[in-house]
Amino acid sequence: MAGQSTYVPKTGFTRWLDARLPILRLVSDTLTTYPTPKNLNFWYTFGGILAFMLGVQIVTGIVLAMHYVPSADLAFQSVEQRIMREVNYGWLIRYIHANGASMFFLAVYIHIFRGLYYGSYKAPREVIWLLGVLIYILMMATAFFGYVLPWGQMSFWGATVITSLFSALDQVIPHLGSAITTWLWGDFAVGDATLNRFFSLHYLVPFIIAGVVALHIWALHVPGNNNPLGIDVKGPQDTVPFHPYYTVKDAFYLALFVLVYAAIVFYAPNFFGNPDNYIQANPLVTPTDIVPEWYLLPFYAMLRSVPQKLIGVLVLVASLATLVFVPWLDTSKTRSCRFRPIMKQLFWLFAADCVLLGYVGAQTADAAWHLGDITLPLVWLARLGTLYYFAFFWVLMPLIGWFERAKPLPESIAQPVLAKV
Amino acid sequence: MRFAFPLAGVVLSLMGIAVAQDLSQPVPPKPMNWSFEGPFGTYDRGALQRGFQVYKEVCSACHSLNMVAFSDLAAPGGPGFSEAQAKVIAAGYKIPAEPNDRGEIFDANGNRLTRPGVLADHFPPPFANEQAARAANGGALPPDLSLIVKAREGGPDYVYSILTGFVKPPHGFKVQEGKYYNEHFAGRNISMPPPLNNGSVTFSDGTPSTIDNEARSIVTFLAWASEPNLEARHSIGLQVIAFLVLLCGLLFLSYRRIWHGGRQDAAARDRPGSTTEKH
Repeated sequence: MAGQSTYVPKTGFTRWLDARLPILRLVSDTLTTYPTPKNLNFWYTFGGILAFMLGVQIVTGIVLAMHYVPSADLAFQSVEQRIMREVNYGWLIRYIHANGASMFFLAVYIHIFRGLYYGSYKAPREVIWLLGVLIYILMMATAFFGYVLPWGQMSFWGATVITSLFSALDQVIPHLGSAITTWLWGDFAVGDATLNRFFSLHYLVPFIIAGVVALHIWALHVPGNNNPLGIDVKGPQDTVPFHPYYTVKDAFYLALFVLVYAAIVFYAPNFFGNPDNYIQANPLVTPTDIVPEWYLLPFYAMLRSVPQKLIGVLVLVASLATLVFVPWLDTSKTRSCRFRPIMKQLFWLFAADCVLLGYVGAQTADAAWHLGDITLPLVWLARLGTLYYFAFFWVLMPLIGWFERAKPLPESIAQPVLAKV
Repeated sequence: MRFAFPLAGVVLSLMGIAVAQDLSQPVPPKPMNWSFEGPFGTYDRGALQRGFQVYKEVCSACHSLNMVAFSDLAAPGGPGFSEAQAKVIAAGYKIPAEPNDRGEIFDANGNRLTRPGVLADHFPPPFANEQAARAANGGALPPDLSLIVKAREGGPDYVYSILTGFVKPPHGFKVQEGKYYNEHFAGRNISMPPPLNNGSVTFSDGTPSTIDNEARSIVTFLAWASEPNLEARHSIGLQVIAFLVLLCGLLFLSYRRIWHGGRQDAAARDRPGSTTEKH
């Protein structure tokens, strides 16, 4: 890891083990003595929260898989009757898992926006960011597969809509897209074969995520944490050992997070859900509104903002692919938005833009705002929002970096901290 | 995404016509107070038992309740029947029998063999299959009620509003043939005839059998059928929240002490960069 290892085995056994498998050295260097900037704030606790949520989802998911039946005829019943009514505390495990997905995404969005605000993607941390983008995309895939499994109406029609996006490729090479869609379905429609493979993948991908998370943390521990000032650590006076300083801070905020999570699980377990998913999948009845889960709504809005299907799909793909280039699109030498007066405002505008896109994504396609006599179709808001989404990364990030005059940076992390005392 | 679904487009254009008429937009559900709402909510036992009676004597003629077992009637957090009572209720239902010793499931006259229900059985559906249900209901399919309260926007308020929403159609509104006017139903044309009347059931506990009382009872019963573990969820939740508040408090104190502890605190004194750091 970063710098020299400070681990000293104290007993005969640990000396013996350290010479053969230095696993205690790894734990010590990454979780105990790991020098961490002393000024990390609340927003930096979400990394630990995310690791916890991945664990919760894997453990509850494994238990649910023991009772779940991946069959188009039995899936709905196995969830709504067996798990929710017959399995001991099955309802609790199911609600923890279903709401866990939402809490996981809530945490990951805060984590991503924190990275954007403090410039955590900039050199020398580009690989951490890239691995993070990969985790985010894998999470979206996992959540999508998982949402299909209860085999309710929204499960079925969501799966149909998303997999049908590939058929847009028919406009490039005739029949190519349809062939891919049929291949994905394993049939000529979403059905039993689709459900079985989605179950298989929903079980597999989280373990891939766990592997990429390990790389993400490994890559983090090489340059060490960024911090709210965005300046490099100058020496030991700028850092504290991870334990006990950040173990206790992370634990406190994790407990607060779990408090909110528990309040939802026990008192509003269907808050994030859609009533239609309590109706068994029926290929003959299309729901009046097909809406994805809240965490995919901004992308859904961008997709729908384009009247041409293929271009809509390309916009969707580009919106995610754009994230890969962020470390090189930002030309500023200053990392943290604290010292970037223009970028700071554009960042908040970007955050508001994502919320706006999410709002539009939740409305019907023909929804409109009526301001007096003026009618504003929401699709135009989505178009404006999509434009800003791309302009933020591809135009504003490179340009602002050149002409923005950053505020003076503090000498070191320790200096402003001591100055306050 | 609409472009992917011509059918959705048709639905939307139908809604467009509905907007023009205005009367086809359903009236929002009536906001009601339910005993099971809120963090301390529990089901009203009396309403559950009366609701069971309404289901048995009225709804079950057309609606199945596939996911509810007779044993659930005696389970904690449910209607509170004793196990003996639940057994008697179960025995009152005829369940299609398993093959007998000779492998027969029909008697000599071709009638399906049946046996009395036991606790492990689920409520038997009123129709053999979807086609039979549609044939008996003018083409409409009465939905299964096991999850109905969770499967509708508005939940218990919506189901209550539908049951009590059969009012006189406004002047000029044409009710479709074989349908009934219900101001809370999408399109306001519903296939279900008004199920509840004053005196539809005679409540054994003496509660007046007004439409309102009947509707409140059956909605409570169906809310329980949709969420039979609600009471356990609420009470476990309280313990979990109490534990977490305590844990948060303790962790906060630990956090304060480690980061901003007094001089006597060894960890804070040794904090690198602090003026008292040991070298």
